[in-house]
Amino acid sequence: MKRKKLNIAVTGLNAVDSPGPGVSVIRALREAESFDVRIIGLAYESLEPGIYMHDIVDKTYQIPYPGAGTDTLLPRLEYIHSKEKLDVIIPNFDAELFPFIKLEKKLQAMGIRMFLPTLHQFEERQKVNLSDFGIKYGIKAPRSRVLYDMSTIYSLTSEFSFPVIVKGKFYDASVAYSLEQVRNYYNKISAKWGLPIIIQEFIHGTEFNVTGLGDGKGKTIAAIPMRKQYITDKGKAWGGISISDEKMLELTRHFLKVTKWRGGFELELMKNKDNELYLLEINPRLPAWIYLSVGVGQNIPEALVNLALGKKVEPFSEFKIGKMFVRYSWDMIVDREEFEQISIYGEL
Amino acid sequence: MKIRKNIAVSDSGLVFNPENGESFSVNPIGVELTSLMREGKSFDEISNVILKKYNTEKQVFEKDFHEFLETLSNYGLLDKNEKEKA
Repeated sequence: MKRKKLNIAVTGLNAVDSPGPGVSVIRALREAESFDVRIIGLAYESLEPGIYMHDIVDKTYQIPYPGAGTDTLLPRLEYIHSKEKLDVIIPNFDAELFPFIKLEKKLQAMGIRMFLPTLHQFEERQKVNLSDFGIKYGIKAPRSRVLYDMSTIYSLTSEFSFPVIVKGKFYDASVAYSLEQVRNYYNKISAKWGLPIIIQEFIHGTEFNVTGLGDGKGKTIAAIPMRKQYITDKGKAWGGISISDEKMLELTRHFLKVTKWRGGFELELMKNKDNELYLLEINPRLPAWIYLSVGVGQNIPEALVNLALGKKVEPFSEFKIGKMFVRYSWDMIVDREEFEQISIYGEL
Repeated sequence: MKIRKNIAVSDSGLVFNPENGESFSVNPIGVELTSLMREGKSFDEISNVILKKYNTEKQVFEKDFHEFLETLSNYGLLDKNEKEKA
């Protein structure tokens, strides 16, 4: 039987050393069994590698940065939709989720589906709210404090013992062993990502990640725990392995049940020496290592698309343990004309 | 003195803990010892098997075996309920 062809737009084509999830998501979609795809890449910059991967992305359009606002983004998406008849959009960056969530109803009226967390879910799990989130839902999370003013740094010593983690609102995190280092990272991170800065209790232990999919009604459609085996100097996984920790799966099911999370996610967890799990972060989107989900037998991007289209999706019941992903870098040879096309005309 | 049920030990000596993703390698004697432990054999039974097969002193083997068990325990590969019996 011929599978229906869907036009799916995907962001996050920056397959660089701190990779966006786009290319992984697309590879998973291309291996979907329930539909065929034409992939429309949505890129912010002309050198996002996915733009030039023609066996991965069929056509790419540049879109405005999230900071430009929905008034700028919507007309661009309308133009792309007029050309490509989009069925689904999968946004893959934390920073762009807010405008896409805001536009969800308008896009739906145009016939474009997404499967994103609600604005409430998105806001509630923000790094600045994570301590309260943990208390509300009975999930252990490190103590944290939000700083808007450098002068408040000096009161940290009464609340925290060193080291502490200094985090930016969206990205970046550094371990500080003294107030002097806190001040340095405060300046460095706030210069790049703005305020506030989050100071988080340092939990000693081993870091794990869980990716998965919630149906928005409290049910777990998919959940896969992974341990990073090879980490870049930016803290990104360059290799990892699927594991079978029942406590992590329990915590994930609990998270999805109590929050009724809608969409893909990644939990960053720390396990201390007493085997207690701490929730360090909730990323409200699929991670860059999502292609491992295909490797272990749970094609999460495919399930996400089917949920977006309103189809009934049965929860996955098992996955392969001990499957690894090993990332690699690859030089493509690109004609200057292609670069010109995307840079000048915003399409390739 | 049993290795935890979910720990996988391949014939080539790769030990994989599926709960935390850690993997280790053991030498051929390590493979033999873990295999005997999996069969549920006691310390003395394993000692007898090894001493019959290899030319080594009982004292030397038992010291090495204790060290090996200690290492397995440190990496969380032994069944905790069984460890006390060792």
